[in-house]
Amino acid sequence: MLARNAESLYWIGRYVERADDTARILDVSVHQLLEDATVDADTASRRLLSVLGITPPDGSELDVWGLTELVAMSPETGSIVSSIASARENTRVAREVVSSELWQCINAMWNAVPERQRAARRVGPHEFFTFVENRAAMFAGLADSTMSRDDGWRFLVLGRSVERVDMLVRLLMSRVGDRPTSPGWVTVLRSAGAHDTYLRTYRGALDASRVVQFLLLDRLFPRSVFHALQQAESCLEDLDHGPSARIGAGAEASRLLGKARSDLEFLQPAELLDNLTGRLQALQATVRDVGEAVSRQYFHAVPWIEWNNTEVNL
Amino acid sequence: MSRASSRQLFDGYLDPRRPHAGAYDEMFDPVDGVRTAYKRLHDSLQPLQPADLTTRSEALDRALVDQGITFSLSGEERPFPLDLVPRVITASEWSRLERGVVQRVRALEAFLADIYGEQQIVADGVLPRRLITSCEHFHRQAAGIAPPNGVRIHVAGIDVVRDEQGDFRVLEDNLRSPSGVSYVMENRRTMARVFPDLFAKHRVRAVGDYAVHLLRSLRAAAPGVTDPNVVVLTPGVYNSAYFEHSLLARQMGVELVEGRDLLARNNVIYLRTTEGEQRVDVIYRRIDDEFLDPVQFVPDSVLGVAGLVNAARAGNVVIANAIGNGVGDDKLIYTYLPEILKYYLGETPLLPNVDTYRCWLPAEHAEVLDRLDELVTKPVEGSGGYGIVFGPDASPKELQAQRRRIRANPRGWIAQPVVQLSTVPTKVGERLQPRHVDLRPFAVNDGEDVFVLPGGLTRVAIPEGSLIVNSSQGGGSKDTWVLAPRASGEDAELRGPGLGTPAVKPESTPEQGPELNAAQQQQQQ
Repeated sequence: MLARNAESLYWIGRYVERADDTARILDVSVHQLLEDATVDADTASRRLLSVLGITPPDGSELDVWGLTELVAMSPETGSIVSSIASARENTRVAREVVSSELWQCINAMWNAVPERQRAARRVGPHEFFTFVENRAAMFAGLADSTMSRDDGWRFLVLGRSVERVDMLVRLLMSRVGDRPTSPGWVTVLRSAGAHDTYLRTYRGALDASRVVQFLLLDRLFPRSVFHALQQAESCLEDLDHGPSARIGAGAEASRLLGKARSDLEFLQPAELLDNLTGRLQALQATVRDVGEAVSRQYFHAVPWIEWNNTEVNL
Repeated sequence: MSRASSRQLFDGYLDPRRPHAGAYDEMFDPVDGVRTAYKRLHDSLQPLQPADLTTRSEALDRALVDQGITFSLSGEERPFPLDLVPRVITASEWSRLERGVVQRVRALEAFLADIYGEQQIVADGVLPRRLITSCEHFHRQAAGIAPPNGVRIHVAGIDVVRDEQGDFRVLEDNLRSPSGVSYVMENRRTMARVFPDLFAKHRVRAVGDYAVHLLRSLRAAAPGVTDPNVVVLTPGVYNSAYFEHSLLARQMGVELVEGRDLLARNNVIYLRTTEGEQRVDVIYRRIDDEFLDPVQFVPDSVLGVAGLVNAARAGNVVIANAIGNGVGDDKLIYTYLPEILKYYLGETPLLPNVDTYRCWLPAEHAEVLDRLDELVTKPVEGSGGYGIVFGPDASPKELQAQRRRIRANPRGWIAQPVVQLSTVPTKVGERLQPRHVDLRPFAVNDGEDVFVLPGGLTRVAIPEGSLIVNSSQGGGSKDTWVLAPRASGEDAELRGPGLGTPAVKPESTPEQGPELNAAQQQQQQ
């Protein structure tokens, strides 16, 4: 497949997942701020912004509405709206390798943004988050049922999995300062859509170490870091059509992913909470390096050459 | 009830005070009322309420936006405005038009082969040499490049209009990369969704298989290759016709590439893919000649591929449409088309040109400058309706500037009397009003046959009295219906044997999962 299209598919996967996860994280945080009056809105908002990589504004005190405006509605990089626009722009460029239904799903989502924003400002932000989550789910379903399982599909899933690791790590980072018994850990589970599964797995026992364990190490839950790493690794394995390596990994990206995955896989569960911050930061660095390695390996960018015929003498 | 609403829809339609009242209206004859071609359409539209029309037109706009059927105007994406009322062309009108288009394409094909080869037509004194060499789109770089199957005009768009008598005349030829065919296909698909009842009453010839013909022509352009690798070359996502490039690539199932996806090595063009490099045999390019190859043309082009022209000359890749086709659609050369037709085919034109004055002939030059206020002056190259001056509408100041421009460059301008383009009912506000239209039929040449897509792009000038239909000047489009001849059963879709014999017995009913019986349900309550 065309290298440029592969790159677009990878980024469609990333941006849709980013929009979805940001909406989930924000949905839960905003409602926690509203429900629990003891939380300092400004501090909590600023912590969330820094975790999401958005520069908080100076001076003015942040509340729920300011937070929503910044993270969801503004067209600045990192916001939900900007992720939707980027996903749509990438789909437009790769229009002939995605199905028409998939394109219409993203295009209609992008077209509906202004109207949904108006609605959200009237009745509350939850409306908008649900809209984003629903559309992302629709996108995933359409991709699942209309794309053939070729390299294009693998690049899309690779992007999605890589972004999922990144966003989950950010989600956990936003909570590392909490007490182990803080009710905030439930919101983490809710953000990841993991609450019900978690309750059934651990029979209702809720404490920080188990929540972190579940979201980082669970082998069966599709939104856990371990699962996403594994999925990204298998996509890369299928993408590699070269002869199989007998020693080490064939390519840098698979080596990085494999290492991160096995670090988690063979970790003593009890040691997980020692130096949690360091572990999360290491995971985040891995995600960045994987992105660069994939781009070097598959998305051959060429420097632009200007053709100047001044030296030609006839 | 229906009488009242009809009075609303067509109210004041043939107002004698409207601008260009002498134009041919395709629906109404001033004496006999509704023309036969439009009889059924008129009868179906008449009982409609204006509100109903508005509802449908909103549904139509929404469908276009969600599907992303847009064109870009100065960087902004806009839906291509589609009018609700289709334009109807009868089978006999169409067959005359089709023959004329085919004749023109054949003659221009022979002309281009000659110009970039022996230039026999110049040697025989039929056309002056300076006519060719002074043409801006005559590219010496293309001299001697012989396409393997002899085709240079893989796709042509011939713009025709109907004059005051209703006769078709050619306004200009487009042989470089005529665009608009995607809107022909999408307009039909969208119309069938919002106006299904109209289709049920007409036998309209299908336009959906254009891509099949295009792909056949492109594959035929590389005769030596068993399975030619065809690509569509686009300037990129910000180009005004990007939607069309992507639609054609999708429908043909080929890659849509940008210049940076291609590279030339040893006169062979390769595609950069995730699995390494892949050889390319045919490039259907939608980039202007000047940007195609930075080695030969504009050196700072970021859209093209360095080395493409040499690869084509070496016969390793076919460029469609060929480089330098612009010499065939120059508007001054257009005026010599009767001579060209006579020279190569020995025929007289089936479709007449619009009367044209050539500013570069001293005698006609003086007349044009004299009558500038009643003529339309157009630049000989260029498209999109840019640079055209309507004498009757221009201010004395504009006319003076135009006079200066023509004096400075008489080769660059032609003049035509104002052609009152035919009108078709068009939805304006709550009513139907006459608006001027043209027609661009698309012809695809595969080296053996010239296929003309039954229909073509009808563009309509929305502002009242406007005669400029270009989308860049605020024009819209109409679905164009070519009616099938009554007797033909040839191309009926459902004729002929099917894949298998339909089952005689009713198919078994789908299985159902277990359900609680009534007793269980009752006790659970």
